[in-house]
Amino acid sequence: MPVLNWVRRHLVVFAGVAALAYMTIPNVIVLIFSFNQPKGRFNYSWNHFSLDAWKNPCGVGDMCDSVSLSLQIAVLATLGATVLGTMVAFALGRYRFRGRGPVTGLIWLPMAMPEIVMGASLGTLFLNMRIQFGFLTILIAHIMFCLSFVVTAVKARVMSMDPRLEQAAQDLYATPWSTFWRITFPIAAPGIAAGALLSFAISIDDFIITQFNAGPATVTFPMFVWGAAQKGLPVQVNVIGTLMFVAAVLCVVVGQLLSRRRKAHS
Amino acid sequence: MTQQTAPLADEPAGARNPASAGGAVTLTGLGKEYGDFTAVHPLDLTIPEGSFFALLGASGCGKTTTLRMIAGLEDPSGGTVRIGDQDVTGLPPYKRPVNTVFQNYALFPHLDIYENVAFGLRRRGVKSVKGQVEEMLELVELGHLARRKPHQLSGGQQQRVAVARALINHPKVLLLDEPLGALDLKLRRQMQLELKRIQTEVGITFVHVTHDQEEAMTMADTIAVMNAGRIEQLGAPTDLYENPRTTFVANFLGQSNLIEAQVAGTSGDDLLLSVGDGRLAMPTARCVPSVRAGDKLLAGVRPEKISIVHADDAAEVPEGRNKITGRIVDASFIGVSTQYVVNSPWCPELAVFAQNVERDGRLVPGAEVVLHWSPAHTFGLDAAQDIEAGEVNA
Ligand SMILES: Nc1ncnc2c1ncn2[C@@H]1O[C@H](COP(=O)(O)OP(=O)(O)OP(=O)(O)O)[C@@H](O)[C@H]1O
Ligand SMILES: [Mg+2]
Repeated sequence: MPVLNWVRRHLVVFAGVAALAYMTIPNVIVLIFSFNQPKGRFNYSWNHFSLDAWKNPCGVGDMCDSVSLSLQIAVLATLGATVLGTMVAFALGRYRFRGRGPVTGLIWLPMAMPEIVMGASLGTLFLNMRIQFGFLTILIAHIMFCLSFVVTAVKARVMSMDPRLEQAAQDLYATPWSTFWRITFPIAAPGIAAGALLSFAISIDDFIITQFNAGPATVTFPMFVWGAAQKGLPVQVNVIGTLMFVAAVLCVVVGQLLSRRRKAHS
Repeated sequence: MTQQTAPLADEPAGARNPASAGGAVTLTGLGKEYGDFTAVHPLDLTIPEGSFFALLGASGCGKTTTLRMIAGLEDPSGGTVRIGDQDVTGLPPYKRPVNTVFQNYALFPHLDIYENVAFGLRRRGVKSVKGQVEEMLELVELGHLARRKPHQLSGGQQQRVAVARALINHPKVLLLDEPLGALDLKLRRQMQLELKRIQTEVGITFVHVTHDQEEAMTMADTIAVMNAGRIEQLGAPTDLYENPRTTFVANFLGQSNLIEAQVAGTSGDDLLLSVGDGRLAMPTARCVPSVRAGDKLLAGVRPEKISIVHADDAAEVPEGRNKITGRIVDASFIGVSTQYVVNSPWCPELAVFAQNVERDGRLVPGAEVVLHWSPAHTFGLDAAQDIEAGEVNA
């Protein structure tokens, strides 16, 4: 049966295409509806094509302010979590110290715990400490849950690194400082980059924890969308969503190209 | 503890003071303990400049630990390390004039071959590294692979990169930690010759750690045999092979027949021994312990020094030879020679290697034979030791 054989041989391709479709169709819908001119206040059914939203993406209320706030928080949270998480990962991966076990366990907690529990308890903590809800509280919350991802990614890299590489560097006249920057850091870099990318992605779209720890003046983009959805969803939300999707895809493509070129080069 | 100084192979003794030369390594009371386990007992050792020195011993005997203490990668529990005139004991590795070829090469995976080799020069602030790196890559015949990453090289090529990366810095001493351990036999032989050639060419002191006795013997000017954290014996390969001073060295370096004997008396420069009903002789000078009549002794003889004849031809054995009768229990033909195992009433399992010049068809398992060898080829060891220490074939 040639047909059956052909199908069997290309099963992997079918599976790949199916998975891709499953993951991208929602994004494609968002993209298509960013060109819609809805009849009412809700952008749920196709009316007719229009470029209005794309020409004026900041046309609705405070939406662009919320996007800018989300970006600021994501960048700072990524930075904070990456620096702190890398240090924690090195400490856990390299040294034996009292409390190492509990710390290793606790690092997993933010990933394992339901977001709603974590958001609520953190909110309670801030309230009891009489800390004003706002930018800072959101940032602290985001750094906390991003930390786990960075630590996990970097630690795996650190643990698998041969300690003799650093010794070899020292044997070849590298001071501890230059050993770190020329050997340790470049080898750990893919782990650090993975942790940072994950952090950024999780921070920018977090809603639940942010909701519990935001102040009245700090409305992030996910919060804005949630609020807007109650009374009518502007098309501009689809524009921003599409832009985010495109940016993410670009990141991945550039990353792939870079690593392919590095491989071809070597 | 006595200071052991390795003689430099082809230089008259006292031609220069090795300890004051640039690349000599002097260890004084150097030891390492991990908790209450002593990995290296305090040892004193001088490695002369420009020599190819091998540290030979079984797995876990402390070779790597000793090497790492010289490189500065391990803090000694006591003692000092001097390189040339300089006491380097307190110096970090990056300030010591030594370079190491690691047991598994430890090439930097994110740098290409060129950058791996250039690493040491760049760290010392050398401005133009190109000429030197290319020259070094030519020396190890890897010029055409300069832009590859380490994982794209074969084991033998990686090993040569590791050597090049260390040698380019012109260290006073090059430390090699079983650099050939991961290679197959053929490549191993090839790299042994290569390393030896490079060492002769650059004239740097090489300290080579290995557990392969053949490798140590073919490459080194001087071998130190280590056992359980101590240096058992030190000397030129032929010296160690012909005159082992302990059962460990006798068994670990090649193969030895050790026969339990009793001193019966002396005759001129010879010691007379009794083994069961038989008599053996050996030069008194080749007996390690000082013995008197009645003392126990281990008489040793290498398997290739023994001749084997069928019992029917016993009359042909010349006078004045050491003789032992026995029965062949095993004969294995291995091309250039045949290895026999002979049981005699007083000493079980004597090994005999006979060249296959004219094979005697009667020498098959079960045959009665006479073994004979020159008394001069016999050496005497202290009987208070483990007779099987250092035997490789367990
Ligand atoms: N960090 C450590 N803690 C405790 N014991 C150690 C440590 N490092 C090495 N040892 C012990 O010290 C002894 C000597 O180790 P070393 O690495 O010097 O052996 P080696 O002679 O190089 O062996 P091999 O031929 O297997 O490489 C071993 O018994 C080992 O178990
Ligand atoms: Mg070792």
